Amino acid sequence: MSARVTIQTADFDLSAEVAALRAGDLRVGAVCSFVGTVRDRHAHLERGSAVAQGEVQSLELEHYPGMTEKAIEAMIDAALERFDIYAARVVHRVGLMLPTEQIVLVAVSSAHRGESFAACEFLMDYLKTQAPFWKKEVTPEGARWVDARVSDDAALARWGLKLGNG
Amino acid sequence: MTEVNIKYFASLREALGPGERRQTQALTVGQLRDELIALGAPYAQALERQRPVRAALNQVMSEEDQPLSEGCELAFFPPVTGG
Repeated sequence: MSARVTIQTADFDLSAEVAALRAGDLRVGAVCSFVGTVRDRHAHLERGSAVAQGEVQSLELEHYPGMTEKAIEAMIDAALERFDIYAARVVHRVGLMLPTEQIVLVAVSSAHRGESFAACEFLMDYLKTQAPFWKKEVTPEGARWVDARVSDDAALARWGLKLGNG
Repeated sequence: MTEVNIKYFASLREALGPGERRQTQALTVGQLRDELIALGAPYAQALERQRPVRAALNQVMSEEDQPLSEGCELAFFPPVTGG
């Protein structure tokens, strides 16, 4: 079995990752994947609500080596327990990224689409508020750490998980 | 006294450095945070109670009432913003 979680500075290939996820598994009838990308603007937040849009020139992603992998492995275990899925894969990049570049991949395989869609969203909601990554944006006004969004906590709460990020 | 391996990330790393080993009388995560705040600048500002600071004990997200143990790894960081 190949790795379920990879943290890397290099870009990833969505097609290759999906092919590896379902390779040789004849039970698979559905694969759902999500790719998060770097936008050239970001909402400046106050108490979690957008107040203004700013230009983003680049993004620097920091993480907590060791804990990051363990936290995401635990999230995949939770997804496998909760949903009728066969496999899941998470790739998250760290380091310097430019607008339009890929940041994160979540891919899930199952027999039917419903479970893959749900598990993919569950994993992203979980990762957003519980995996130790931090984004720093470089803008014309200087570099600034991105604020956490209250809406991300609400997204995780939909799954019955009351784990705050504040 | 308990020896704790403290780590800081993101804005807290910029303010306090990557981390430090510290002998402490604190029994819990929250008590250690208060002990650091009591040291004054730059800890008091970086870890102040009005600021949202999260903690991980032995690389698992932790609440402030979690007990410390000899040689444990304790990280402080701002709310996470990955994905």
